[in-house]
Amino acid sequence: MADIKNLEGMIDSTPIMKDYADIESSALPEYQIDSKIPEGPLAQKWTNYKAHQKLVNPANKRNLDIIVVGTGLAGASAASTLGELGFNVLNFCIQDSPRRAHSIAAQGGINAAKDYQNDGDSVYRLFYDTVKGGDFRSREANVYRLAEVANNIIDQCVQQGVPFAREYGGLLANRSFGGAQVSRTFYAKGQTGQQLLLGAYASLNRQIQKGTVKSFNRREMLDLVIIDGRARGIIVRNLVTGELERYAAHAVVLATGGYGRTFFLSTNAMGCNGSAAIQAFRRGAYLSNLAFTQIHPTCIPVHGEDQSKLTLMSESLRNDGRIWVPKKKEDAEAIRAGKKKPTDIPDEDRDFYLERRYPAFGNLCPRDIASRAAKERCDAGYGVGTGNAVYLDFKYAINRLGEDVVRDRYGNLFDMYQMISDDNPYETPMMIFPASHYTMGGIWVDYELQTSIKGLFAIGECNFSDHGANRLGASALMQGLADGYFVLPYTMQNYLSDQIKVKHPGTDDPEFDKVEKEVRDRINRLMNIKGTKSPDQIHKRLGHVMWDLVGMGRTLQSLVKAIAEVEEVRKEFYTDLRIVGSADDLNTELEKALRLEDFLVMAKMMAIDALNRNESCGAHFREEYQTADGEAARNDKDYMYVSCWKYTGDNEKPVLLKEPLNYQEIKVQTRNYKS
Amino acid sequence: MEHTINVNLRIWRQRGPKEKGEFKDYRVENVSTGSSFLEMLDMLNQQLVEKGEEPVVFDSDCREGICGMCSLYINGHPHGPVQGITTCQLHMRKFNNEDTITIEPWRSAAFPVVRDLMVDRNAFDKIQQAGGYVSFNCGGAPDANATPISKEVADIAMDSATCIGCGACVAACKNGSAMLFVAAKVSQFALLPQGQVERARRARAMVKKMDELGFGNCTNTGACAAECPKNESLSNIARLNREFIKAKLAD
Repeated sequence: MADIKNLEGMIDSTPIMKDYADIESSALPEYQIDSKIPEGPLAQKWTNYKAHQKLVNPANKRNLDIIVVGTGLAGASAASTLGELGFNVLNFCIQDSPRRAHSIAAQGGINAAKDYQNDGDSVYRLFYDTVKGGDFRSREANVYRLAEVANNIIDQCVQQGVPFAREYGGLLANRSFGGAQVSRTFYAKGQTGQQLLLGAYASLNRQIQKGTVKSFNRREMLDLVIIDGRARGIIVRNLVTGELERYAAHAVVLATGGYGRTFFLSTNAMGCNGSAAIQAFRRGAYLSNLAFTQIHPTCIPVHGEDQSKLTLMSESLRNDGRIWVPKKKEDAEAIRAGKKKPTDIPDEDRDFYLERRYPAFGNLCPRDIASRAAKERCDAGYGVGTGNAVYLDFKYAINRLGEDVVRDRYGNLFDMYQMISDDNPYETPMMIFPASHYTMGGIWVDYELQTSIKGLFAIGECNFSDHGANRLGASALMQGLADGYFVLPYTMQNYLSDQIKVKHPGTDDPEFDKVEKEVRDRINRLMNIKGTKSPDQIHKRLGHVMWDLVGMGRTLQSLVKAIAEVEEVRKEFYTDLRIVGSADDLNTELEKALRLEDFLVMAKMMAIDALNRNESCGAHFREEYQTADGEAARNDKDYMYVSCWKYTGDNEKPVLLKEPLNYQEIKVQTRNYKS
Repeated sequence: MEHTINVNLRIWRQRGPKEKGEFKDYRVENVSTGSSFLEMLDMLNQQLVEKGEEPVVFDSDCREGICGMCSLYINGHPHGPVQGITTCQLHMRKFNNEDTITIEPWRSAAFPVVRDLMVDRNAFDKIQQAGGYVSFNCGGAPDANATPISKEVADIAMDSATCIGCGACVAACKNGSAMLFVAAKVSQFALLPQGQVERARRARAMVKKMDELGFGNCTNTGACAAECPKNESLSNIARLNREFIKAKLAD
């Protein structure tokens, strides 16, 4: 601890946290966390689990209904696979078609430890890189399983007809992503997410045709129905008619994505939201590690106040692009004033700060580190563009490989950049800046991907499980598909096996009446505020609070301020919101308002979680806790746990429970990308 | 450098599929030329909401040209006047100060209007459900490198698979044909070894479903490919025709 440079790190936030969390409560037996990690050596756990878990026989599968909310990589793969097994699946999405879920926008690739390149990859190395990339805050057993099943995903997708990139000899091509020293990323141009999702969508369509999956589009889940302590159904709003609808099942799976749009501006799609997670939270599911939100280093910088979303430039660009800012402040000032162009700056006056600070990984260091380094340079006055941008330069790659090779590798990304920025990246460096992209935190799940509510499962980005404090590139697609194709279809049966004799939970249960009425009351409450501000206006304000105070750098002071300011925005929401139109009709303003109400809860929980975590790790950078050379200073002694927040009431303090993280077969060490 | 412009909008407003629609005129001022077209519509909707009027309903989600959710017929072109992009990728720098811009929904019998500029493209899902897949269960796949596929073939299959299912091809076609959409999917699988077993059945089933759903016939005008935001090629349609004839001859 001697190398902590900022003594403000000594500030203790415990007294403040007392206002938000009753930490002592976690000692109570009913609050003990059981992650259900199987016994045995790490490499045998999943094999042993599968060998001994309970299964449901084919005749009984036909009698069991499963609700899957979401049709992204996790949702579509789970729905189709459960359908293939013979369960009756009800599958919901808010878009007009399952094919449009935001997984479709993932660009770069998907990791697997196939070792087709003979460069020393293995299941253990993929596991190790993922745990290290996550700064030792993920659950070891889950990550090992993820690395184990990743190879099956590539086989599955190739058989579906996913046209992955290939070498001239006809075998699959690979490229490198951040945080790895091997080439293990499979890709389909810059549209890997699209191709994988269309693969899952195709499998889903086959089941829809067979009748095992029923697809419900333009439906938004608004609450979870729990009967006798088990998740038994959902209330959804039909987004075309405005009607509330009820659906009952033996189990409910959430595959609803991340909460990155809490920041308003993000690389997430316009409809992405954290609402299902908040509904589950209010019904008893724990939310975990919400402070771990990934700010992606290579996005196109913000251009103005009327902007609605940000665009990501794939991490794969860092294979060949070099990131720099001017070495001299006067050059940076001249560029910002439009007096100099980046091409006027000679190589010796360029600061390739990632290569300088992290020689071993250089431009391919993990996302949290690359983002923070960009912020550090911009805060120090070396930023370009509006001051909040750095260069990603392909001059060197073009000189080395020729323009044709660069065009072949990244042509569609260059075109996309040019369309948005009006600059030609073949001639002048791209300008990039970090933006909210992915959330590692989310709904707490055990090894079986079951939440703390019986019969409620969470998969893909909406759970917290595999990425710790920072996700590596090309691992989101891997996790979503691993959960949906190869994990949940097994683990769910362990739960469903004792449900085969349970009478089908019909929608006429009084609990459905009660929850539907609560949803109706909530909608009426919002409709009747009749203030002056649109949901977007209030959401933008929330976004500023979150970006400024709970963004890439956080302090005790900023987080305390954030909680107060979120409260102010919340007050504005409940007194000055205006929703035009009617509730019993298609109403896009009402949709936004309902999501925003949940983002407000999420925002506060994110700040509370960040305030509780008095350390820097991965994407969570508390400025008080850094080493002398500006790296994250982790505190394994006090914070090597998953924070699990339990809801106790809208205006009550959430309770903090802790799941300790035990690493059996990995040596916990300081993350080093320098040597 | 970016500057701001004022634009006049003629926008199709329609309450529901069975109701009569009409053009309404709007004006948006001080739009940054760096804004996207949909951000300009967001500004319009903010203005409408402030006046207590219902916003113009349009579909959009990813806003980076890949989800296929956005549509809009802008000045007579699906996805606007710029080739090879979706509406969400269209930027206001492509317009001039005081331009009048006409915005309509996709117009096709198979895509009924839901509200204003939002249409129902469920028919596309139904065509895919009829056969747009390889029939196998998860877990049964051989090793990914077991079957080599030449790079050229994989690249062409990838080009076909790039279709985002937006429906611009149908909107552009005077007959409202979905041939390019169907052809892109049939081509992807016809090119790849994994698609061979069900090749004939797939072509038959998807074409049959397309005909059932009220899409028009293809008369080879090529408007679909000219307006496709992902530049899907007409050679897909030629391939579908070959696939379909071969399947029929085999019957």
